[in-house]
Amino acid sequence: MATLEENPLTEGLERLPVPPTTMTIFGGTGDLARRKLLPAIYNLAHEGALPEQFNLVGISRGDLSDDAYRELAREAIRAFSRRPPDGAVLDALLARVRHVRGSFDDPAVYERVEACASAWDEEAGMPLDRLYYLAIAPSFFPAVVALLGERGMHRRPGAEVRVVIEKPFGTSLAEARTLNRRVHEVLEERQVFRIDHYLGKETVQNLLALRFANGMLEPLWNRNYIDHVQITAAEDIGIGSRAGYYDRSGALRDLVQNHLLQLLTLLCMEPPIAFTADEIRDEKVKVLHAIEPPQPGHTVRAQYTAGVVGGERVPGYLEEEGVPPDSRTETYAALRLEVENWRWAGVPIYLRTGKRLARKVTEIAVRLKPVPHMGFLSEGAVGPQPNEIVMTIQPNEGVSISLAAKIPGTRMRIRPVKMEFLYGTAFMSQSPEAYERLLLDAMRGDATLFTRADEAEAQWAICDPVLQAWAEGADPLAHYPAGTAGPAAADALMPPGTRWRAI
Amino acid sequence: MEHAVWAAQDTTAPQIEAALRAMLAERHAADAAYVPARVLNLVLVVDREWRGEVLNRLERVGRHHPSRTILCAVEPGRTTLDARVTTTAPARSGEAAPAVAQERVEIACGPGHIPHLDTIVDPLVVTDLATVVWCPHGHEEARRALLRLAQVVLIDSLDEPDPRAAIAQARRLAEEAYVVDLAWLRTTPWRERVSAAFDPPRRRGELGRIDAVTVRHRADSVVSALLLLGWLASRLGWEPGAIAGVDGVLAGRARTRRGEVALRLEPDRGQDVPGLAGLTIETASGTALALDRGRGGLRARRRSADGRERRWTVLGASRGEPGILGEGIRQALLRDPTYRPALEAAGRMLA
Repeated sequence: MATLEENPLTEGLERLPVPPTTMTIFGGTGDLARRKLLPAIYNLAHEGALPEQFNLVGISRGDLSDDAYRELAREAIRAFSRRPPDGAVLDALLARVRHVRGSFDDPAVYERVEACASAWDEEAGMPLDRLYYLAIAPSFFPAVVALLGERGMHRRPGAEVRVVIEKPFGTSLAEARTLNRRVHEVLEERQVFRIDHYLGKETVQNLLALRFANGMLEPLWNRNYIDHVQITAAEDIGIGSRAGYYDRSGALRDLVQNHLLQLLTLLCMEPPIAFTADEIRDEKVKVLHAIEPPQPGHTVRAQYTAGVVGGERVPGYLEEEGVPPDSRTETYAALRLEVENWRWAGVPIYLRTGKRLARKVTEIAVRLKPVPHMGFLSEGAVGPQPNEIVMTIQPNEGVSISLAAKIPGTRMRIRPVKMEFLYGTAFMSQSPEAYERLLLDAMRGDATLFTRADEAEAQWAICDPVLQAWAEGADPLAHYPAGTAGPAAADALMPPGTRWRAI
Repeated sequence: MEHAVWAAQDTTAPQIEAALRAMLAERHAADAAYVPARVLNLVLVVDREWRGEVLNRLERVGRHHPSRTILCAVEPGRTTLDARVTTTAPARSGEAAPAVAQERVEIACGPGHIPHLDTIVDPLVVTDLATVVWCPHGHEEARRALLRLAQVVLIDSLDEPDPRAAIAQARRLAEEAYVVDLAWLRTTPWRERVSAAFDPPRRRGELGRIDAVTVRHRADSVVSALLLLGWLASRLGWEPGAIAGVDGVLAGRARTRRGEVALRLEPDRGQDVPGLAGLTIETASGTALALDRGRGGLRARRRSADGRERRWTVLGASRGEPGILGEGIRQALLRDPTYRPALEAAGRMLA
């Protein structure tokens, strides 16, 4: 039997207890809150996964009463929840929701938030944990954190205070450092949860299981057997209504600096000595530190032009609403990186991401070196191809391994076949939304799936020189028609005989 | 949904297996995106006249459906096997996404087939997948025959009206296979909430001062209540004594390191679904926690040592009986280390 220090009642339970919490969303009426956070909170409530006592404050500039905000939340949950809401659960949840109106730099807002939270503490008869979720533009982060500190809301005797910060965490290394400094002036690192929702995806977490729970793969996972790695995050959609954000950001900041580098670190990290937040993140940071920023000629940037996607004509980036006609923002980025350590030295790792590509797919493809002697090569067949292990993050989550097999017949002819594991066929359960998992982790204080300060800076240390070089004119902006696999210039990143995988 | 069906009368297991294999090959050849789900084999043995009722229950489990279901419907007087194989996959919309298919094999068999039912079912289960056996209408002989193939036995201890016999049967089965008991799964939300209520460090110490536990249950769900008490006893190191009852209320005591805990099981006549209706945990320091079913979740009441009472709702939707069965199928692939100790403790209460 476990000791009382541990809570003996949690053994065997799938859902671990979450401390009673009052959550505050800065940006309570924004897109993220309506599309992701409120539906995630509802789904947690539906499953009985929220803390036994849970309250929510939404902050926005809107002139909304508590009831009006509850109605907005109800509509958002109805529209975006992954399951139809149960009326009774939704009513009970919304009864614990309040709205505070005001600007994020207005101290009076914090006073009102604190008044709500204190009343709930009083009602509960104990100080509840506080979770502040910054679903707002990054420019507000320092002011909000500073005001939390000034108002004494950053620490509470007998309860925890945690702050979730949405990406992007800065737009450059200098900004990220400044932001970390400002945050650390008020909060300890253990209170800070920099969210990258990619890490909340089941298939991303499965990367760790695949690597470290299978004796079959790990012996191959090094420079002796791996020829190269391709990490792709392709989108078939354009920028939608995000022109204002996207044109300032571009593909490198939007996806490479965070999501793709996170995938890279999980793929390349050494086995941690324990699966705890800091042990895992220590190993991830070591990978990032082992990556030199790419040399000139090892990056490609491009912008989509008008084209055809799914049979429909679509405009080019410069014709999108809200995009300046002379914009030089890249909608496609490709990089060749190397992890310079004992395990990975000499193995090129190619990253690419883009908007308006031929298909939506996020995957990691690990290509093994060819067999040393091609004894089977014969006429009339493709012949043996190097094995490839492909981990698909979305949309068809799964893992496939290509193998060489004999074509039925009298001759020894070989062609590649695929051995495929699809999540949907092996697990008939629906994966929770990434935000559901991450919100619970933040309330429980488990930072494993969040980006640590040094990790965020190390990511920027790789991308910053690329951005600077591009600003100085290196690797000129190429173009690609919408609906294609990207610019031809990206092919030049690869050595002869190596190609990008078809999107 | 798209269905493909094969049916035959007076058939054999090898013929059924060959037909199943041919159907899968044909469907895959016609559409490479068609892939069979490979989660687990569920082997059911049911009375012929209740076959439809059981199939309806399975239809409603939703996303936790097993990938291959083999339903053996026992019909008095039957001496031959009839079979019907159905593969079901979502209609394809032209997208690249795979169409994940499930397979159902229905076999009409007679009492004479029961002693060797394993030899009929064996060729039909997907090798290397977990096999779960569920006999909701008894059929103990069939279950015994099938245990050779199965890693998991699904039971609902509430199906047995005598709690003593229900617990004894569950203990017996647990010696031979991993048992997933729906009566136990009905206690899951309660166990989660009790665990959470005592999780804050300032409250954890109260676990050692518990001196009374009352569990309220539907009249026919004593076993769920016993399992909940058994869980508390086994996790907290109590030694439960025998319980006895008057007018449906059962009461007893458990010894702890500090003293005794009064145990009480009360039927709730107003409860309309199987399982628990509520519980109250009291401590020697005067605090109490009560949880009861309510709208939108559980109604919680906590009394502090100074007598002050607080009330709130612990949010959560009822899973309903289809949800419980779906959870049972899902749990077949997991391992809960706390069920057997809870079962043993419940057994001691009924000794």
